[in-house]
Amino acid sequence: MRLQLPNPGLEDRILSHEELDKLETEEAGSGDRPKWDNKTQYMLTCVGFCVGLGNVWRFPYLCQSHGGGAFMIPFLILLVLEGVPLLHLEFAIGQRLRKGSLGVWSTIHPYLAGVGIASMFVSLMISLYYNTIMAWVMWYLFNSFQETLPWSQCPLNYNLTGLVSECEQSSPVDYFWYRETLNSTPDIGENGGLQWWMVLCLVSAWAVLYICIIRGIETTGKAVYVTSTLPYVVLSIFLIRGLTLKGSLSGVVFLFTPNLTELTNPTTWLDAGAQVFYSFSIAFGGLISFSSYNSVHNNCEQDAVIISAVNGFTSVYAATVIYTIIGFRATERFDNCLGGNILVLLNTFDLPEGNVTESNYDQVLQSLNGTHPEVIQGLNLKTCDLNTFLSEGVEGTGLAFIVFTEAITKMPASPVWSVLFFIMLFCLGLSSMFGNIEGVLVPLQDLGVFPKSWPKESTTGITCVLCCIVGLIFVQGSGNYWLSLFDSYGGSIPLLIIAFCEMVGVVYLYGIDRFNDDIEFMIGHKPNLFWQITWRFVSPAIMLVIFVFYFITKVTETLLYKTWNPESENFPTLEEKEYPTWIFVIIFILAGIPGLSVPLTAIYKCLRNRCCKKDNEFKQDDLNTIAKQVHLTDEATKNKPDIPETADGR
Amino acid sequence: MLVWILFLLCQVGAPALAQDLCQRDAPNGYKVRISLKTALGEDAYEWNQSEMFFFQATMAFAMRRHFQMETYNVDNIILCVQTSRVSFWFVVTSPDNTTMLIPKADVEKAVRMSRHRINNAFLLSDRTLEFLGIYPTLAAPVNPDTPPWLIVFGVVIGAVCAGIIALLVSSLLQKRRKEKGMTEDGQDEEDMQVKGVENGINLDGTYNRGFTDDDRFTKL
Repeated sequence: MRLQLPNPGLEDRILSHEELDKLETEEAGSGDRPKWDNKTQYMLTCVGFCVGLGNVWRFPYLCQSHGGGAFMIPFLILLVLEGVPLLHLEFAIGQRLRKGSLGVWSTIHPYLAGVGIASMFVSLMISLYYNTIMAWVMWYLFNSFQETLPWSQCPLNYNLTGLVSECEQSSPVDYFWYRETLNSTPDIGENGGLQWWMVLCLVSAWAVLYICIIRGIETTGKAVYVTSTLPYVVLSIFLIRGLTLKGSLSGVVFLFTPNLTELTNPTTWLDAGAQVFYSFSIAFGGLISFSSYNSVHNNCEQDAVIISAVNGFTSVYAATVIYTIIGFRATERFDNCLGGNILVLLNTFDLPEGNVTESNYDQVLQSLNGTHPEVIQGLNLKTCDLNTFLSEGVEGTGLAFIVFTEAITKMPASPVWSVLFFIMLFCLGLSSMFGNIEGVLVPLQDLGVFPKSWPKESTTGITCVLCCIVGLIFVQGSGNYWLSLFDSYGGSIPLLIIAFCEMVGVVYLYGIDRFNDDIEFMIGHKPNLFWQITWRFVSPAIMLVIFVFYFITKVTETLLYKTWNPESENFPTLEEKEYPTWIFVIIFILAGIPGLSVPLTAIYKCLRNRCCKKDNEFKQDDLNTIAKQVHLTDEATKNKPDIPETADGR
Repeated sequence: MLVWILFLLCQVGAPALAQDLCQRDAPNGYKVRISLKTALGEDAYEWNQSEMFFFQATMAFAMRRHFQMETYNVDNIILCVQTSRVSFWFVVTSPDNTTMLIPKADVEKAVRMSRHRINNAFLLSDRTLEFLGIYPTLAAPVNPDTPPWLIVFGVVIGAVCAGIIALLVSSLLQKRRKEKGMTEDGQDEEDMQVKGVENGINLDGTYNRGFTDDDRFTKL
């Protein structure tokens, strides 16, 4: 007994299997809808969309903070139970219904159009701030073409008597990031004005994106040959370089040392589930669009498994590489700390050099403490512990722009490594942006926001220009705070809602039986028991659990944000401040509007249906998409008078 | 006899007097700290009396260089309180009067002026040959006229804009070519319809599956 919600008129809205086959064989129809040049482009685009900055700067932090090697267990389990089924679902439904996200959900049921609209909003919000991160990466990239990297030393102050005090108190990398890049204000309320150098970088980031998506997947498909493969090359180069540095292995060991007690902590499982979910870029709508450009009989099951495996492997690989460099940095800091202490001891007690080394430091300190305790106390020696330095685990922008850049300055031939690193980050981010923008552009087209007569170049151009202008919020003095706000609220809760609705919609509204038949038609065999169980029960359940926990955590936590305030007492530690009250409105807009658009659109369509009492409500006329035009073209040509009547009436 | 005793006393007393001038925390003296192993590692030379003499000579040179009129000599530099760290104190006496010490400020000026030469004489640097109390002057930063990042930005933006313009122009040309092609193709279409072929598919009989593309999967 299968649960199937009533869905009248579904047959009229979708192309039947015979019509799909006809579409495949007729060359003329495919002229209107874009197609992938070859399978490699499609796979590289999907891999590029899934593999993004999160693999580099979120996964290693999670891995290290949740018990190292033990984190692999929840990560892999949830990858298989949550990531792969959702991915397969999106690929299959896009390939079957051959429309973008808005088209797919409207076809399944008109009331579900809200899911597509929510996807579009979420993709839009994420595109806005994600490209700002690209702008930051470009700024660092541009600044890497110098012999001495600007973040390796503090600048001199105005009268050239000493270093700038803000830099002296913190560190050159911190100063370069917070002052010379962001020019951060101490509060989100003070906007600090537009920073002209960041505006230039933002414009260049959008310009590079525009040139890659100018003709849709025709140009994107060529760009991904570089943007999806280059990160792997760079990661390998860094791995080889990293392993030859002192202390790298201690970093890797620290990362993967398993602590099985962490598995009993529910936060570990929650973070693993969230990481799998966000890493797969599900519910953005981009993956549905990409797979709709495929041929109908493409093996989407195989694609889903391959892409999931690649994504998981990349996370682990990137984590290894990052932690070789972090191990090197930690060892360097430890050596400096210890070296400093040793020098102080030598100078105070006038001992010959080489008397106190790293190996006998503790003994010597103890014996000196026995003979001259007051002197030792007065020296204020720092405690140096390698594990403390290793667990200064940073994630996000802190990892890329502070910790990693500092490590690079300590490597020989720093500009080369800096250029390579930031090119890699740029490619990772750019390939993810392709998917985000696809998730924005296709629904806009389907909604009819742009007239059909306009060429693709102008629609993409206008979208890029508008997003760039709105993105100017993030290049003000307070831009960093706005960005973390968007990141925490705009991209988390709505996606979970959308993914849950997707699963429910396909399994229970479209019908799992019909879906199974479609997949059998497309790839030749019915999806096996694993897919049935995960689609129907396991994955929606996991989504629901993660959503509930996330929602409760976000709603109950006190809203604090970390600011860079040179006037604060604990400078250079970031000062935690509470958000002002008007921020709650913004948070509601960010998280609420996409989430609420699902029920609101359903209600709106329902009311419109009741009020106007149209019987043909569920006909195809609602959505003017390309597939419908192809159908119409067939109809139109049938009515031409000069086609000779054939035996079977075609 | 008395003269002989006085002479002997002077010989003994002079160095003793000199030692009184130079002592730990002397008001007009400086402490010097040398870190040979840090600077030179394996190639570190041994610090012995000859090196101390070399230091006296270098300091005398520095004083001569600063005060160009006065002729300082090795005897005018008095060293004391040597430790195995390699650190010691020194004071500078005036060449005219060996009991008078040169003030701290003048010594500092002399050292600052010839710091680079002194460092190089011992193959050391500001950090490994320390005069405690005399801080090294910071190197002036190199400020290029155009920030280098602006140059790279200009190159990238120029290339991207050129690419965008090229793509837009090519798509415009393509469209114009298609429009021109359509008006010519109109005649070909009529010929094809007469033969009963439309859109490449023969409508005269049943669909011949022998001519379909057998590959059902998207090609790699």
